[in-house]
Amino acid sequence: MVDPGDRAREEFFTEAQEIVETFSRNLLSLDATLKVGGDDPALVNEAFRAVHTLKGLAGLFGAAQLGLLSHRLEDLLDALRLGRMPLSPAVLDILFGSVDVYAQILDAERNALDPPAQAVDELCRRLDALGGASAEQPSLVVEYDLDPGMLAVLTEYEEHRLRTNIENGRGLYRLRVQFDLSTIDRALEEIKERAKRHGEIITYLPTGESASPDTIELDLLMASRDDLATLIGTLGADNVVIEEVPRRRRPSLAAGTVPPPDPAGTLLSLAPPGARLEPATSDDVLAVEPARSIKAVTQTVRVDIKKLDHLMNIIGELGIVRGVLARLSERARSDGQRQLATEILRLHRSFDRRLGDLRDAVLEVRMVPLGQVFDRLARVVRQISRDVGKDIRLVITGAETEIDKLIVEELSDPLMHMIRNAIDHGIEAAAVREKAGKPPAGTIALNAYQKGNHVMIEIEDDGAGIDEDALVEKAIALGRISRVDAGDLARHDLLGLIFMPGISTRDVAGDLSGRGVGMDVVKTNMAKIGGVIDVHSERGIGTKMTITLPITLAIVNALLVRAAGQVFALAVSHVSEAIVFDRRGLRTVEGREVVSLRGQTLPVCRLAEHLGLPEGQGPAPRRFVVVMALGARRLGLVVDAVLGQEDIVIKPLGPSLSDVRGLSGATELGDQRVALVLDSASLLEDVLSATDTGPLEVAPRG
Amino acid sequence: MARVLLVEDSEVTRAYVRGALSGVGVGSAPLEVVEAESGFAALRLLPRGSWDLVITDVNMPDINGLELLSFIRQSERHRATPVLLMSTQTSGRDRERGLALGAVGYLSKPFTPEQLRDEALRHLSAAPDERGHG
Repeated sequence: MVDPGDRAREEFFTEAQEIVETFSRNLLSLDATLKVGGDDPALVNEAFRAVHTLKGLAGLFGAAQLGLLSHRLEDLLDALRLGRMPLSPAVLDILFGSVDVYAQILDAERNALDPPAQAVDELCRRLDALGGASAEQPSLVVEYDLDPGMLAVLTEYEEHRLRTNIENGRGLYRLRVQFDLSTIDRALEEIKERAKRHGEIITYLPTGESASPDTIELDLLMASRDDLATLIGTLGADNVVIEEVPRRRRPSLAAGTVPPPDPAGTLLSLAPPGARLEPATSDDVLAVEPARSIKAVTQTVRVDIKKLDHLMNIIGELGIVRGVLARLSERARSDGQRQLATEILRLHRSFDRRLGDLRDAVLEVRMVPLGQVFDRLARVVRQISRDVGKDIRLVITGAETEIDKLIVEELSDPLMHMIRNAIDHGIEAAAVREKAGKPPAGTIALNAYQKGNHVMIEIEDDGAGIDEDALVEKAIALGRISRVDAGDLARHDLLGLIFMPGISTRDVAGDLSGRGVGMDVVKTNMAKIGGVIDVHSERGIGTKMTITLPITLAIVNALLVRAAGQVFALAVSHVSEAIVFDRRGLRTVEGREVVSLRGQTLPVCRLAEHLGLPEGQGPAPRRFVVVMALGARRLGLVVDAVLGQEDIVIKPLGPSLSDVRGLSGATELGDQRVALVLDSASLLEDVLSATDTGPLEVAPRG
Repeated sequence: MARVLLVEDSEVTRAYVRGALSGVGVGSAPLEVVEAESGFAALRLLPRGSWDLVITDVNMPDINGLELLSFIRQSERHRATPVLLMSTQTSGRDRERGLALGAVGYLSKPFTPEQLRDEALRHLSAAPDERGHG
């Protein structure tokens, strides 16, 4: 086997992608550390390891551009981690730029396209412009009585860390630990966790001597500013013996071969100003996520999402079996076979419960934390705020909130546009902000949380807010609404105008930076994944966009209703209640039919009429209003009957029907009938935004 | 059967080495490649049997390849086991260190499957077969 197979290649992409993401996270953390004037050698080393691994992968898989870029970055990061070059915002900019180039390269490789040689060249030129690293550091100052056996096994990086710690006046300690081989990972993690409050563990050397074959003895070399007594107090244990590594008598200075152990003086001669890996924050050095844990390798499996879709389809089909069981039981009962009916019913219940568990388990596998997309957004915020010269603080909460992998994939573009708009048009220039009594740095909050069956994402800025007057003027100028209608619009509806095609927030903010992205596109993309956006804005205070998303698209608990003799399915999560339709309570307000529900006005829509279907034959004695609620908007859907609930797997409509608005797909029900699935988001949208009262056409989207 | 312990924290590199060594045999016996994803995992695996060759990455978190090499050299049972290092290290320093500590060879990443195979076979056939078969 000379060529690694397709499978290995697929793994290569996945691993490369993950490494680039880790790399990008490291850079963001470094950026944050740098902003407060700190430095974090462990982070630099992790970033180095990331490109180092990428370079190795590139070599193995013959990805030349990937190799070239990684090689150059490796040189830079090596110089950074070994303290030969200072980490500056300019250097970070280049590193951030490389994340995008990596993405382009991987994309090209995956799709067998030409690699983006130009982008790589460009980045290499920027690297060239940085200039070389300063001269190699002199060899290690051996002023400690360190075991030569231990010195001999240090890698270059570990040696550098040792030197830096010595130069910063830290004491060295040897921790001799005995561990049970079977529990060594956990034991080591524990000791690392406790040690990081006191300093840095530089290396772990197995001594080769142990009390029994099941145990192992390790020497940990640790640097700390704390004294021996403190360390023994917190780290010492029966199996952990701590000794101070004694300082050697200083070798003769007259010989001139060894620099004086004056930390400051030594450093100055080693590195250009600002280059010093300042240890001020290095108590937190090891507080960063430890390098990819061993457990992650052995206890996780990567699965193609298509396989999970397949599982979901099987679960959907099992739902049909469940339906058949229920009907069999009924039939047996009506045939007088009570015993059999009861047994089938019991079987049905047990099957139902297990199927529910199976469904939940598969759904759980599909869930990924929103942090994945938030990381990317943090990078974008950094980039854009630099581009437009605004100081922006991004505050993220709820990154651990989980959502369907497929939804996450589709979220990043719309979220990015929204954040762009917030930076470009929401956050004012520093001078304007100060005049308004706000802190010069703008804040964008990105909050996520789960609410019932939904995930909520809020994007909130403390900027200027949306200028409703300008918005209305623009909408009138575009002929979207008449001046008369505008006068009637409620505040909430006014803000909704930003979602009209042709209206860019750029026009509203009167800013010509050219980045205004039509919110109508954002809204359409969100709707595709079942998302709805609500806008709140206060002039001078800020804007908050709230996105309501389903947790998953794979399986939906649906309410089955009948209209015009057909069955339709509607996501239960979008339904708040169903009431009996009382024709007498029907009124017409502003050309729209409404009923009163607990004192509030509820617009209604007759489903059959809306879809252009003939009303059911014969008089329907009792009809129902299904109250749909999505975000802050509500709509009553008038139907002939409410049939019950069922878990459905939505299947796409064929190509000729896929563009029909108002439908999100079809599903096979438990009784093997096929039902169309209503798309709540577009239904609400079409009905509530229609200013005329005529039936909406069911027509392909432009 | 000749047994090889492969120590490497990158899953993909492990797969690559495994692929390069598949179908390789010493005499008529195929190679058995056992994988460890860290220095610690290697320490756990080492006592479980005899090894004809250890192939290890140098730059790994916690226990690095040089430390593992040094441990093997000092170990009563495994001191004769040849250790082959792999690394992408840009400078020659770690290579020199490794050879000084008694590594039988050093493969610079990227290497071709043939390079790895040749290097591995060289040390497998050179290794004195001291252990009893069974």
